[in-house]
Amino acid sequence: MNLLWLQSGGCGGCTMSLLCADSRDLPGLLGGAGIDLLWHPSLSECSLGEAVAVIEDCTAGGTPLDILCVEGSMLTGPDGSGRFHVFGGTGRPMVDWVRALAVHARYTVAVGTCAAFGGITAGGMNPAGAIGLQYDGDQPGGLLGADYRSAAGLPVINVAGCPIHPGWVLETLLSLAGDGLSPNELDTFGRPRFYADALVHHGCSRNEFYEFKASAEKPSDLGCLMEHMGCKGTQAHADCNLRPWNGQGSCTRGGYACISCTEPGFEEPGHPFAETPKVGGIPIGLPTDMPKAWFVALAALSKSATPQRVRANSVADHAVVAPAVRKTGLK
Amino acid sequence: MRRVVLGPFNRVEGDLEVSLEIDRGRIVAARVNSPLFRGFEQILLGKHPLDALVYAPRVCGICSVSQSVAAAGALRDAIGLVVPRNGELATNLLLASENVADHLTHFYLFFMPDFARDGYADRPWHAALGPRFKAFAGSACRDMLPARAGLLQIMGLLGGKWPHTLSVQPGGVTRAVHPGEKQRLFALLRDFRGWLERYLYGDALEAVVALDSDGALRRWCSGGAPAAADIGAFLELADDLALAEAGRASDRFLSYGSYPVDGTAGYRSGVWGGELLALDQADVAEDCSHAWLHAPARALHPWQGLTEPDVDRDGAYSWCKAPRWRGRVVECGALARQVVDGHPLARALVAQGGGNVRSRVIGRLLEIARSVIAMECWARAIEPGAPFCTQGALPQEARGVGLVEAARGALGHWLVLRKGRIANYQIVAPTTWNFSPRDAAGTPGALEQALCDLQEEDCARRELMVQHIVRSFDPCMVCTVH
Repeated sequence: MNLLWLQSGGCGGCTMSLLCADSRDLPGLLGGAGIDLLWHPSLSECSLGEAVAVIEDCTAGGTPLDILCVEGSMLTGPDGSGRFHVFGGTGRPMVDWVRALAVHARYTVAVGTCAAFGGITAGGMNPAGAIGLQYDGDQPGGLLGADYRSAAGLPVINVAGCPIHPGWVLETLLSLAGDGLSPNELDTFGRPRFYADALVHHGCSRNEFYEFKASAEKPSDLGCLMEHMGCKGTQAHADCNLRPWNGQGSCTRGGYACISCTEPGFEEPGHPFAETPKVGGIPIGLPTDMPKAWFVALAALSKSATPQRVRANSVADHAVVAPAVRKTGLK
Repeated sequence: MRRVVLGPFNRVEGDLEVSLEIDRGRIVAARVNSPLFRGFEQILLGKHPLDALVYAPRVCGICSVSQSVAAAGALRDAIGLVVPRNGELATNLLLASENVADHLTHFYLFFMPDFARDGYADRPWHAALGPRFKAFAGSACRDMLPARAGLLQIMGLLGGKWPHTLSVQPGGVTRAVHPGEKQRLFALLRDFRGWLERYLYGDALEAVVALDSDGALRRWCSGGAPAAADIGAFLELADDLALAEAGRASDRFLSYGSYPVDGTAGYRSGVWGGELLALDQADVAEDCSHAWLHAPARALHPWQGLTEPDVDRDGAYSWCKAPRWRGRVVECGALARQVVDGHPLARALVAQGGGNVRSRVIGRLLEIARSVIAMECWARAIEPGAPFCTQGALPQEARGVGLVEAARGALGHWLVLRKGRIANYQIVAPTTWNFSPRDAAGTPGALEQALCDLQEEDCARRELMVQHIVRSFDPCMVCTVH
C-alpha cells in the first residue's frame, strides 16, 4: 500500500513520537505489512523537485494513493487564502494540496489533534485560521467537509492526541494494511475505538488517591490530580495509562494533569490548564457516566474514610508513609 | 544570472524553501523562506501565565522540552524562584535526553542519507555507505531507532512522555525520582552509552571527549574500530567531498549556556569570534524588515517585540524575523556551544576553517559524548527524598526571560505579565538565528551567507551540496517562525 505523509500547521511531534515506537525494526514492520512510504517529510530520501513529482503523480492519479496521512492543522488564513503555509518549492498553499490528494486517497488519516480538530494551533484567537481535516473543533466540516468520504467509504480517521502515542498510529496503519477499518470501529469523532474507548483514568497509578479523594495541592505532589490540578483523566478518551509512553510513562505518572489532548477543543479549556474549575467547591467536570449526586456523596464519604497514610502521601513528592506490613498471611 | 527556487526540503524539521541567484555556476545570493506561520505569540496573549507551559512546548515536536525549559525559565525569572538541586538535575537529564536524541536523529535520519544517494555512486566510499545510511531503509536507521527510543525512556520516567511534557515547572519538576528509579536511569544511560561506543564511535566516550585537535581526531580515526564506526564513515566522505570548505557563515558563535547545577552552567554562555565575549540578553534584538510581519521602524528587544502578520508587505520573503546580537549575525548550535564552552577540538576546528559542514557535524558528535558523560554524573547526584520542586506566587506585573540551549542552538523566551495575564510573549528560536532573512541593513542571515559563493557547475551536484549546507545547521523550521 502506498502511504503519503504531509505536514502542515503543527509541530512535527507526532512523527517524532511515532519514531519512539516500541519496535526493534520500525521500517521493517511497516515494510513487512506491505506499506510503501511514497514520501514522508522527515524520513524520505527524495527532496526538492523529486518530492514534488511524487506528490503530483498522486494528485494526477498516476500513483495509487492508498493512505494519505496528514499531520498538523490545515491553515486557512489569511482570509481563506491558505498563505500561512505555502508548501515549499511549489507556490501552492498546503490546503490546496491536501484537497487535491484527499480526492484520490483510499484512506485519509489525520495524525494528531491538530490535523483532526485544529488542535493547539487553533488556540487563542486562532491567528492562522487552523482547522482539522474534517472538524473545526467539535464541529463537523473542517477542510474537507462533513460529507467527505475517502475512496474506501470512510470519513477521515482521526488519530487524535497531542502528540499521538506511537501505538495508535502504528495500529491504525497496520489495520488499514490488513483488513481495513469499518465505520463502527471509529467513535463519534472518527477516532479508532481501539484506543478511544478507554479513559485516561483506566489504569492510573494514582488510583488509591482517587478512591479516597486524597488530592495533590501543588506540582510534584503524589495525590489525585482531579480535584485541584486540572486533571481530566476521568473524562478524556485514550488508553494512556493502559499502554505506557516512552517505556513507563504517562502524563499522570509524570506528575501532571491529563489535559484531554485527544478531545476536540482541548486547546481552549476556558480555565487555566493546571487548575480545576469548580462550582461550590465541586469540580465542574465530573467523571464520565457518573451522576453528580453520586459523585458528591461518594467523595464526601471517601474523604472521611481516607487512611492517614494516603492523606500524608498525597501532599508529598515521595511516599512518606509506607503501607503497613502485616504479620499474618494475606487473605 | 538565473534564479532558482528550491523546495520542499525534507529531513529538516518542518518546511523550507530557498531561492538562489546563480551566475556561471556560482551562487551569488541566497534567500531563505520559512513558509509556515502559526502565530504562537498571538495565541499566548491574554493567557494565564502558567498556560505557557502547555502551549510553548507545542511550538516544536523535536525541541519540545527545550521550549518547556525556556518557558519555565521565563516564568521562574518573573516569579523569582530558585530551583532545588534535584530539580536542576532532573531538568538537565530531560533536556539532555532530548538534545542527544535530536543529534542522533539529525546524523542518522536527516543528514547522512544524502550521501547514500545514487548521485554519489561514483565515490569510493559509496558502496559501503549506501546500504548503511539509505534513508529509512538502511541498517543505520534500524540500529539507531531502538537506541533512540531507549534513551527517550528517560523522558517516560522523568517527564511522563515525549514530546510535550508538563513536568518542567518554574520551581523544578513535578516528578520526584525514587531510589529504584535512580538506578533505572543509570541503567538506561549505560545501555545507551554501550550503543554509542559500539556503533557511532567504535571507542569509549572518554576517548572522543579527549580529542583536542583536528590532527588528534584524524589520528584517532585513521584505523581500527573508530574508522569502521559511523563517525569514521562521515570523516572519510567529508574529506573526499571537501565538506570543511563548504557552508561557512559569519564565524561568530553564540551560546546562552546550558545545564546549570547549583546555578553554574555546565556549558558556559558567551559569544565567540576569536575571543570570548560575555553574553547579555539585552543585546538581542529582532528585525522584521524582510518578514511578512508589521515592521517597526527599528529592531526591537523581545520584551518590546511584536509579531503581527502582514502578508502583502513589499520586500518580504519569509515569515522569519532577523534576530541580531549587537546588530550582528551570529550562528548557534552544537558547534557554537562547544566553541563557546572552550572545548579544544571545537576551538581548533573553528580556528582552522570556521563553521562549516564538517565542523558543525563534528561539533554535534563531540557533544553527544560530552553530554552522555554529564548525564551519568547528574543521575548519580540525584538525592531521592530531597525536594524536586519549589512553589511561588505569580506576580500580577512582571517580566521574565528564559534562555536555554536546544539541540540546534540558542532558544529564548521573553514574557511580560500585566494584571496577572500574559501581555507579551516573544520566542527567538535557534533556527530563527541561523535561517534569518536579511536585516534592514541588507545583511543576509547565517545560512544565506553559508550558501553564497558555492561554485558548482553541475546542477544535481549543486543541489546536493546546498542540501548538505542547509542540513549541517540541523534546522528546525517549526521553531523558526512558530
